[in-house]
Amino acid sequence: MEFLRRLLGREPSSRDVAKERLQLVLIYDRTGLSPGVLETLREEIVAVLSRHIDIDRDGIDLSVTQEGRQTKLIANIPLRSRRP
Amino acid sequence: MSGTVITITSGKGGVGKTTVTANVGTALAMLGHSVVVIDADIGLRNLDLVMGLENRIVYDIVDVVEGRCRLRQALVRDKHLPELHLLPAAQTRDKTAISPRQMAEVCDALRPHFDYILVDSPAGIEQGFQNAIAGADRVIVVTTPEVSAVHDADRIIGLLEAAERGPIHLVLNRIKPDMVRRGDMLTVDDVLHILAVELIGIIPEDEQIIVTTNRGTPIALNPNSPTGRAFQEIARRVRGENVPITPLRDRGLLERLFGFMRSS
Repeated sequence: MEFLRRLLGREPSSRDVAKERLQLVLIYDRTGLSPGVLETLREEIVAVLSRHIDIDRDGIDLSVTQEGRQTKLIANIPLRSRRP
Repeated sequence: MSGTVITITSGKGGVGKTTVTANVGTALAMLGHSVVVIDADIGLRNLDLVMGLENRIVYDIVDVVEGRCRLRQALVRDKHLPELHLLPAAQTRDKTAISPRQMAEVCDALRPHFDYILVDSPAGIEQGFQNAIAGADRVIVVTTPEVSAVHDADRIIGLLEAAERGPIHLVLNRIKPDMVRRGDMLTVDDVLHILAVELIGIIPEDEQIIVTTNRGTPIALNPNSPTGRAFQEIARRVRGENVPITPLRDRGLLERLFGFMRSS
């Protein structure tokens, strides 16, 4: 049954769920960065940048990735182009 | 001669530290090396039982540290391999009976006489673990493909890095190829990606581990067992040989069919 549900794309495999949960919990373990802190960071980054430059708030992507045993915070912030 | 001290640890209990210690020690001795395995799990001694040496213990590591016997007198010679020795833990004391400095001294005293000194660490991150890593030149972290075991392995690796103990190698134990194929178990690559340490071996889930442990004869002694061979491969990697990891074989359709017929 589970196999069928998966085949129909309704449920990710338990392996994928395990991997994703582990990766999230390990980010917090290793860096102390919780989802709440990440949200605060996003708001403050937006506030600081907006004072100097016109940014596309909806397009902001703030994510945490792992490279080896190094954790990286990556901010992708699209800028609005100036009207001519 | 100066032997290499390798600590086997995991954080979580029950993932196979003692089994890995007994079997890698056995496999190294089969390759002709002189080996001593130390049970650092004071108060919960089991390495002797897994190796079938429980009836030969006279002294233990606490007797050595407290001066009741000489180090040589506490070493138990293996039943099968003359070059393999066990330094047992005490069963009636606790982890505070020896200090990290004393453990490092015991390791140093053994180095001139053995090629490899394997230290079987207790579970946890407290003093027993600190004792076990005190003399380590290298560390083998054992984990299984389960979230709690991988979580604890990551914590242990973080502590080892902070203590500047290493190099660190990983043994991934109890893999079930059938479950991996169904997408119901973390793969070797998943665990390696998450923990980001070098792999030194993979061991399949195998009922024969229980059978051989019942008998006190490590599975590494059996060259016909794929699990035994997996331990022998780890031993060769430990001594620096470049042995590619043999992928675990999923049972084919026919085998599964026959297996089903046999079990029904």
